[in-house]
Amino acid sequence: MNHAVDKYFVPEPSKYPIFGSVALLLFGTGAVLWLNQTGPGPQLFFLGVAILVYMLFGWFGQVIRESESGEYSQRVDKSFRWSMGWFIFSEVMFFAAFFGALFYARVLSVPWLASGDNEALLWQGFTADWPSAGPRPDEAFTPMGAWGIPAFNTLLLLTSGATLTWAHHALLKGDRKQLKLGLMLTILLGVVFLGFQMYEYVHAYADLNLRMDSGIYGSTFFLLTGFHGLHVTIGAIMLTVMLFRVMAGHFRPDHHFAFEATAWYWHFVDVVWLILFVVVYWL
Amino acid sequence: MAAVTPDHLHDHHHGPSGLMRWITTTNHKDIGTMYLLFSFIMFLSGGVMALTIRAELFQPGLQVVEPEFFNQLTTMHGLVMVFGAIMPAFVGFANWMLPLMIGASDMAFARMNNWSFWLLPVAAVMLIGSFFVPGGATAAGWTLYPPLSVQMGMGMDLAIFAVHIMGISSIMGAINIVVTILNMRAPGMTLMKMPLFCWTWLITAYLLIAVMPVLAGAVTMILTDRHFGTSFFNAAGGGDPVLFQHIFWFFGHPEVYIMILPAFGIVSQIIPTFARKPLFGYASMVYATASIAVLSFVVWAHHMFATGMPAQGQLFFMYATMLIAVPTGVKVFNWIATMWRGSMTFETPMLWSVGFIFVFTLGGFTGLICAIAPVDIQLHDTYYVVAHFHYVLVAGSLFALFAGAYYWLPKWTGHMPNETIGKLHFWCSMVFFNITFFPMHFLGLAGMPRRIPDYALQFADFNALATVGAFGFGLSQLIFIVVVVKCVRGGEKAAARSWEDADGLEWTVPSPAPHHTFEVAPVFK
Amino acid sequence: MNLSGRLAGSGLSLIVSGSALAQSRYNFQEPVTSVAEQLYDLHTLMLIICAVIFVAVFGVMFWSVFKHRKSRGAVAANFHESTTVEILWTIIPVFILVGMAWPATRTILYMKDTSSPDITIKATGYQWKWGYDYLQGEGEGIRFVSNLSTPREQIEGSEAKGEHYLLEVDNPVVVPVGKKVRILTTASDVIHSWWVPAFGVKQDAIPGFIRDTWFRADREGIYRGNCVELCGKDHGYMPIEVHVVSAEAYSQWVAKQVASKAALAAN
Ligand code: HEA
Ligand code: HEA
Ligand code: CUA
Ligand SMILES: [Cu+2]
Repeated sequence: MNHAVDKYFVPEPSKYPIFGSVALLLFGTGAVLWLNQTGPGPQLFFLGVAILVYMLFGWFGQVIRESESGEYSQRVDKSFRWSMGWFIFSEVMFFAAFFGALFYARVLSVPWLASGDNEALLWQGFTADWPSAGPRPDEAFTPMGAWGIPAFNTLLLLTSGATLTWAHHALLKGDRKQLKLGLMLTILLGVVFLGFQMYEYVHAYADLNLRMDSGIYGSTFFLLTGFHGLHVTIGAIMLTVMLFRVMAGHFRPDHHFAFEATAWYWHFVDVVWLILFVVVYWL
Repeated sequence: MAAVTPDHLHDHHHGPSGLMRWITTTNHKDIGTMYLLFSFIMFLSGGVMALTIRAELFQPGLQVVEPEFFNQLTTMHGLVMVFGAIMPAFVGFANWMLPLMIGASDMAFARMNNWSFWLLPVAAVMLIGSFFVPGGATAAGWTLYPPLSVQMGMGMDLAIFAVHIMGISSIMGAINIVVTILNMRAPGMTLMKMPLFCWTWLITAYLLIAVMPVLAGAVTMILTDRHFGTSFFNAAGGGDPVLFQHIFWFFGHPEVYIMILPAFGIVSQIIPTFARKPLFGYASMVYATASIAVLSFVVWAHHMFATGMPAQGQLFFMYATMLIAVPTGVKVFNWIATMWRGSMTFETPMLWSVGFIFVFTLGGFTGLICAIAPVDIQLHDTYYVVAHFHYVLVAGSLFALFAGAYYWLPKWTGHMPNETIGKLHFWCSMVFFNITFFPMHFLGLAGMPRRIPDYALQFADFNALATVGAFGFGLSQLIFIVVVVKCVRGGEKAAARSWEDADGLEWTVPSPAPHHTFEVAPVFK
Repeated sequence: MNLSGRLAGSGLSLIVSGSALAQSRYNFQEPVTSVAEQLYDLHTLMLIICAVIFVAVFGVMFWSVFKHRKSRGAVAANFHESTTVEILWTIIPVFILVGMAWPATRTILYMKDTSSPDITIKATGYQWKWGYDYLQGEGEGIRFVSNLSTPREQIEGSEAKGEHYLLEVDNPVVVPVGKKVRILTTASDVIHSWWVPAFGVKQDAIPGFIRDTWFRADREGIYRGNCVELCGKDHGYMPIEVHVVSAEAYSQWVAKQVASKAALAAN
């Protein structure tokens, strides 16, 4: 925070973006080949992932160094704040598409299929109950209950939101010990959540015969919880990075937006879960 | 458009040179140039596909391509033009001009800006490469409707991942733009004093951030329906093919305004310059743009009148769609009021802008006619719709892009574009554009469906005419290459304020704009 | 409906419909149902309103383009807003739009009324042909598949193209004149769309769902249309041909169908 006060930081030319692009090229083509079972799909895919990981390490590493060496003015900080907000907005819209699909199925398509001409001429005898795998399910399944693991998971995530806030307060007060503790607890809760989530998937496939191809219920269930789980994973990784940075002595009470951004993200993931719990598991 | 000056070499950071310079650059002008170049190449590729389509449609019968390949061409023409040509071109303008217009030293996130660009060639490689995989490119239309898109071969998967990557690029680009505009304006430049181009891009970027993720969700559902047995779009499993249309058009309609709002912005910069009069109704322009954006979220099902939605649905979407004519009308009237009692000259950028208003409005009116749900029952999926959207996309978005290019070429290259050749480009484009697309209204009214490689005999003469027009239009675009190459190479030196009455911070820096500008923010007025 | 609309509409069709056939060139095909007629008139009305606005708006613009140019010595005024005109040109279009929406709303409600049909036919889209089932009314139980009948040679160009190139089928739909026919659409594979322009009927055929629409043809004749939703390779080659015949001819056709079906069953 010295020479850069009134000059907005413009980075040097960087090699990382092109690594990111090549990574996504390999990732995408690899995935396509893999899905169609031709060519070296998995190899390209994992090569892409590896390059992506390298790029993320390098890129974020550089951002962290720049930040710690005081290159970023208040204005840059503000840019980060705006951008994180807009990024989360884009994530909200991504989930909105899947929630939209769920509502559409529950409120419109399933009842339509079970009534009027659709029922009379095409799907005789189909009744609109939810959960539903549609008029011609491949196999029967048992839906996922709400009050076992999912309810417990809700508790875990809510608690993790609280511990993270606690850690943030500690950071503001300059209490590094509590900060570390809070962060560790949050990560732990997140990981346990993911563990349960994984157990639940195994349970669904093994015992409930609830699969991704279990009609519209299975589709929405696995895509919503799956993308949420992916976001928890990303959030947990971000938190872990924050933990390492805290251990390395980064962040000051007045300069720690990376931490705050992670917290925003974590709370966002939390809120998505709450909605998910209500509309996917409970109602 | 390699507008960048050699004095970059003497610049303070000694960045890499040659190709590496372009690959690693964090400079908004370099990145803007690359965007513009990329989009023009994509425009030519999409144009070659269009010409092949038109060649097949020159006469009834199958002459040039097989029906399956024809469908691939139609689909890829739409995807390449929308995602490869028009959208990146506007982002290129944003990159070049926004920092200059608001007095910022660069975009807010210069490194991410580079990545936003370099994702596009990747997506283009996947998209165009899909022509060469077994089964060929996707042939489900640019709207990718299932179940047809679920039937496609691996070209569809490539298209899905390409859409994802373009989505990531657009979202990063849009976030960059929003943050740049909100956070990096020169002291004194309040939001209501920004050039209108900045406003239109701010709102466009907001639309992008809101709807690109929705498109990503939609294509993800197709991917899982294709490969993982989900039933989003399969009635037997409780889903609905029409669900996809709802999600797609929730993205798709705002998307068409993503492609026109920046065009409105460009035209709103140019008209006051050449009318020598301030823009009429600046505030109402801003409000109109915002209203268009808000309304764009509640009109999507006007693309779905023929799916058989309930009467209340048709009524709601018809009314909402019609309402968009009001703010758009406000814009048109404001432009005309700006010209009214001005002191006009008609340099090339102004010609394109006036041409834009004239022809775009025609396309707007045909849009309004499509919006009348019962009439759309006749028009839907016919060439009338093809005519409508080429009037707004080609004569709208593309013409405005040309207007902007002629307007800012002096700032990019340091030379004035050649007026004679530029005007030739305009008049050829205008004439051939109408020869190509005007007859399509008649074709559609008389009953010619779109996306067909072959047609009944009564449509023969208008199709032949349209094909002749299309080749003329395509050739006319080569004139643009001549103008740009000449302009980069030499020509009349451009002053800092390259047009007599041009207003705005971009005209306070030398032409060509030095590699780094506004490193210390200017004070605005 | 609106008299001036009708006048201008018929004027337009007089100028343009060179042949009296349903082959229109510049406008909608000649309507043979009340719905199609309403659509025709609505479109004409819209066209006229838009044309008037267009001429007015661009009249002003071109006036300004010619009069207010620098080369003619025009000096720029310096006004840049006027709340009055801005409000005016926001409000007036709203009223115009209401004027357009009013008749359109009536037509929508009319079109959507598929109740109490005389005959119900289910049209099923297949890649790439139409299947028809007569579900209710005279002819109930008749079912057949309708394929493009244009020979391959005409498409490939080794033979001259016939008059109804691509718009002809082996088994046309036959319906009686003046009867309300309800069409149910569905599909077995991908989305298709059943369209007969002269009837003003276009309805997507969605796999797994039934949608409906209706028409009552006022005049006997042969009416042609196409599938209008991209449905794969031969989307351009699945036409629709409807024969509207007198009540007697219809009864005869039904009898023949039933007889040939019985003959088939006997074999
Ligand atoms: C830049 C892109 C763009 C723009 C700006 C628009 C603008 C509009 N569009 Fe268009 N549209 C497309 C791109 C665009 N469209 C595309 C790509 C498709 C097809 C997609 C596909 O299927 O592949 C499509 C299809 C499409 C349909 C579906 C047709 C069908 O498939 O059946 C409809 C229906 O309502 C429609 C309506 C409108 C309307 C009402 C506007 C309005 O915004 C227009 C408003 C403007 C004016 C009305 C003119 C100016 C106004 C005045 C001078 C004021 C006075 C006027 C009055 C009071 C009348 N469009
Ligand atoms: C977004 C912008 C955009 C643009 C700019 C264009 C530009 C053009 N479009 Fe396109 N079009 C769409 C968007 C666009 N289109 C969309 C979204 C669809 C719907 C797709 C679908 O149904 O799914 C469509 C569909 C579409 C169809 C209907 C296809 C069908 O239904 O089967 C047709 C038919 O005529 C057509 C024609 C043209 C023509 C002639 C041009 C011309 O303006 C093109 C002019 C440019 C050139 C011709 C390039 C110049 C190059 C050369 C002359 C050669 C150079 C040589 C080398 C590079 C070696 N377009
Ligand atoms: Cu069936 Cu198009
Ligand atoms: Cu639209």
